[in-house]
Amino acid sequence: MDLLTPTILSYLTVSLLMFAIGTIGVMTRRNGIVVFMCIELMLNSVNLALVTFSHMWDNPAGSMLVFFVMCVAAAEAVVGLAIVISIFRNKQDIDINHVNIFKW
Amino acid sequence: MEALLPLVILLPLLGSALVGLGGFLAPGFRKNESLVGLIATAMVAIPFFIIAAAFFQFDGTPIQISLFSWMQAGDLNISFSYEIDQLSLLMGMIVTGVGSLIHIYSIGYMHGDGGYYKFFGYLNLFIFAMNNLIFGDNFVVMFLGWEGVGLCSYLLIGFWYKDMPKAIAAQKAFIANRIGDFAMIIAMIMVFNLIGSLNFSDLNAAVADGSLGDNAMWISLLIFIAATGKSAQIPLFVWLPDAMAGPTPVSALIHAATMVTSGIYLVARLNPVFSASPEVMTIIVIVAALTAVVAALIAIAQNDIKKVLAYSTVSQLGFMFMALGAGAYTAAIFHVMTHAFFKACLFLGSGSVIHAMEHMHTVEDPQDIRTMGGLRKYMPATSTTFWISTLAISGIIPLAGFFSKDEILTSLFLFDESAFSIYKIVWFVATLTAVLTAVYMTRLTMLTFEGKERFPDTKHPHESPASMTIPLWILAALAVVGGFLGLPYLIGHGEFHLLNHWLEPVITNNPAIEENASFGKEIFLILLSTLLAIGAVFFTRNLYRKHGLAADAKVKKAFGGLFRVMEGKFFLDELYNAILIKPFMSIGNRALSWFDNNIVDGAVNGSGTVVANIGESFRKLQSGLISNYLLIITTGVVAMLGYLIFG
Repeated sequence: MDLLTPTILSYLTVSLLMFAIGTIGVMTRRNGIVVFMCIELMLNSVNLALVTFSHMWDNPAGSMLVFFVMCVAAAEAVVGLAIVISIFRNKQDIDINHVNIFKW
Repeated sequence: MEALLPLVILLPLLGSALVGLGGFLAPGFRKNESLVGLIATAMVAIPFFIIAAAFFQFDGTPIQISLFSWMQAGDLNISFSYEIDQLSLLMGMIVTGVGSLIHIYSIGYMHGDGGYYKFFGYLNLFIFAMNNLIFGDNFVVMFLGWEGVGLCSYLLIGFWYKDMPKAIAAQKAFIANRIGDFAMIIAMIMVFNLIGSLNFSDLNAAVADGSLGDNAMWISLLIFIAATGKSAQIPLFVWLPDAMAGPTPVSALIHAATMVTSGIYLVARLNPVFSASPEVMTIIVIVAALTAVVAALIAIAQNDIKKVLAYSTVSQLGFMFMALGAGAYTAAIFHVMTHAFFKACLFLGSGSVIHAMEHMHTVEDPQDIRTMGGLRKYMPATSTTFWISTLAISGIIPLAGFFSKDEILTSLFLFDESAFSIYKIVWFVATLTAVLTAVYMTRLTMLTFEGKERFPDTKHPHESPASMTIPLWILAALAVVGGFLGLPYLIGHGEFHLLNHWLEPVITNNPAIEENASFGKEIFLILLSTLLAIGAVFFTRNLYRKHGLAADAKVKKAFGGLFRVMEGKFFLDELYNAILIKPFMSIGNRALSWFDNNIVDGAVNGSGTVVANIGESFRKLQSGLISNYLLIITTGVVAMLGYLIFG
């Protein structure tokens, strides 16, 4: 097995690792911006998987979808960062565990 | 012409909405009494002219008017359809005709009342409901009207609802009627169950072909029970005397001329069903005779001008039911008509008297005849019309009451040939009641209009305005000539009984009455009732002219111990209180209040507590920590994926 020549499996492995890192980051990190970055990481891992499968089945639909995901991610980043800034202005703090006012 | 007939139903409803809602929403309109009165009167008068035109153009074939389909479910198909036939046209003319006159009268009578627009709104709504009751061709539309008139009666009895006794009287009327209405609902369910239709014509046809069997008896009994509520017969008549708490035009329209006769109308409409159940007919005739004589006795001992008239109405309704019980449906409808004329006139006359007494502000109770007397000098129009109607109701020839009452008495006497039977006893009771009627009516008129003035003479009463006296004159004129529509069988063998000929296609009277008739019997009956009526009127008149109010003491002596019972209205209210209201109240207070507090409230509060507790335990999940939420979301997604892949 030639480890240096990338195959479908190696792309998917990278995608899986990125998604896992992103998920764990989202759940464990407390810094709002880092949580955000982790979400982006998850989105991009999905993008990578989509492109890989698109190539594998020789179907351009997957690649097209990636552009949509990127657009939505950009929009989401705008809104998300605005929220983070707004929180910071109110609390001088972006620790998401301190933003716990939506509870009983 | 036919195109105009739906207006008979719709115009009163429109008028009610216009006047009632208009007054409610626009306070400026409320103050414009003449406009309110004009609209309301027009919305009854126009239907009257339409019905009258249809009456005179009627060619004998019933007209069906179907407005729209109301409800449809399986076999059940009920539409707003109306049947214009001889009977409904006649009743419609009476209702809208007398109704129009009473609307005109109310314009003067209700002048200055704060609820002027409300009064006319209710009155128009009543006419709408009554027209539904009369013209409806099936039970459901009829029942809509039946309940509608009950509602309007309730609203109008309690018109001055800030006065507690009046509000209670309204409730009493509503509850007593409810008992009868329950019987009506059962009857309707039975009819639908048996013949699969609620149309009157289908029911009458089912009786004719005998497919109903014994059930005809139960249906007619239930309908009669319903009629005892609305038409004030024993045991449910106690509400009608109390209903006098309403404004006097209401007493005249609803509680004398129209609504209370709807039970009689319904029985006449379903005459084949009743003719097929002789047992029920016997029950009807006995109940009616009891009602008539009991109410007449009570009327003698009353001192409130309207109470006397109320008991008189109950008694006269008893006469109508006696006629129905003998199978003389035409006679009953005839008496409905003549009674509408003279009783409406009497009530409106009493309203005119009360109006005058109220305006003097010198007597405590403007309805107490003991503080009246000698009013003829001041109120010539009212007293003349009142006298005419008194003579009419007493059965003095040739006024309207004589013909209709004589026909009822004759029917009862001729029902069978035997010398001693239930119907002969009823005939005797009815004749006795006719004498009592003459006595109490003459007493009332003598004490009100004749003799010495018993009110303080610092002020004088005044005659009412023309808007009130003109309806009185019209009704009095009708009370004089109305009887000629039904000349006795004696004259030309019934050829001149116009009413009988008119109603022949829809009403089949008991044939036995005509068969048993003979010249001798009829002459005897007519002479007997004429002599008794004239004798009773003259005797009472002379008694009260000689002694004035002191004559009451002589009457009291003559009746002896019975007078106490009469004065106490046979203690029926007390009896119902003791056997019905008290037990119900105590059951309600003891057993049911425990049930209400523990079971009903327990169930309601318990469900609330359970929900609150569940919420309490689950709210801990809302920690507010985003990481926790994310963990739960991820776990959930993983679990779902696992199920999809491995499940």
